[in-house]
Amino acid sequence: MATPNTPLWEVFIRSRNGLAHKHCGSLHASDATMALQAARDIFTRRGEGLSIWVVPSNAITASDPAEKGMMFEPAESKIYRHPTFYELPDELKHM
Amino acid sequence: MAAPSHIEYSLFLADNALILGHRNSEWTGHGPILEQDIALSNIALDLIGQARWLYQHAARLCNESGAATRVTEDSLAYGRDSWDFRNCLLVEQANGDWGKTILRQFLFSAWQYYYFGALRWSRDGDLAAVAEKSVKEVTYHLRWSSEWVIRLGDGTAESHERMVRAVDQLWRFTGELFVPAPYELDLISSGIAVDPASVKDQWMQKVGEVFTEAQLTASAFSATPAIYPAGGGKKGVHTEQLGYLLAEMQFLQRAYPNCEW
Repeated sequence: MATPNTPLWEVFIRSRNGLAHKHCGSLHASDATMALQAARDIFTRRGEGLSIWVVPSNAITASDPAEKGMMFEPAESKIYRHPTFYELPDELKHM
Repeated sequence: MAAPSHIEYSLFLADNALILGHRNSEWTGHGPILEQDIALSNIALDLIGQARWLYQHAARLCNESGAATRVTEDSLAYGRDSWDFRNCLLVEQANGDWGKTILRQFLFSAWQYYYFGALRWSRDGDLAAVAEKSVKEVTYHLRWSSEWVIRLGDGTAESHERMVRAVDQLWRFTGELFVPAPYELDLISSGIAVDPASVKDQWMQKVGEVFTEAQLTASAFSATPAIYPAGGGKKGVHTEQLGYLLAEMQFLQRAYPNCEW
């Protein structure tokens, strides 16, 4: 339950070295230290992570879902932006 | 063949972990918020895991000493009565409110942190291995409970008042942690047991630091750990709290001996 004393935090976990931190959920906590501990207790119980970031949810600026037409549809028709027209040598396996 | 004091000492370590683990598990599904419900349940699982390793060790010692019936970790946890348990009085105290539960965890974890730190050098290789494995868990328990003590003690007027009350209720059970029981005295010279008096100064310093930050110095916190006058859990003389706990925890095995599912 949200209360004024326990704001919402977004949790990002890096599961392995070399990978990026990935958003995995949110939680309530009174401050950053408590949020980090709670993230450890909730999201890394089964060995999911090597590093945790917590960010106050209200620090995130999000795109407006009502504007998704303007924001994202123009990109859908630009297939030439996908690098699928190149011949790749066989040695390059993970492109 | 293991000396009786060696078995009793292993049970002392195991019973502490099981009883506090069980107390914490009573919060599962009842925590103040979901995040902390999970946090305390995690600590309960850590402690019950430690209890299992220690009971397995104690059972091995019992069986090697020619116990009349085969002893297992389950028979030790579920088949003994209050006077057989060697846990300290602190861990059996009822949960009370969140503040009391937090303070109980903090006082115990601070002790366990320094005590298990020293137990890593025990001549009993199995106990040393359990201590080595547990100390990482305990380090987190101490961190987690310290942060909570500070926030509740230095929080609102009500949270402060509740923490003062919790200190008043629990401080009397801390002295026992630093007075060796007969079985500890037996094993200290051979390097198997840690002398509990040797971790008292570190414990006092840690508790003092956290209490100061939590604005708890002026309250019921006295300069030395207090001794509860009657008996002592480490010698098997418990408060009435333990009987209720065992009645609930052991019910199933008592009603349906050896049942499994």
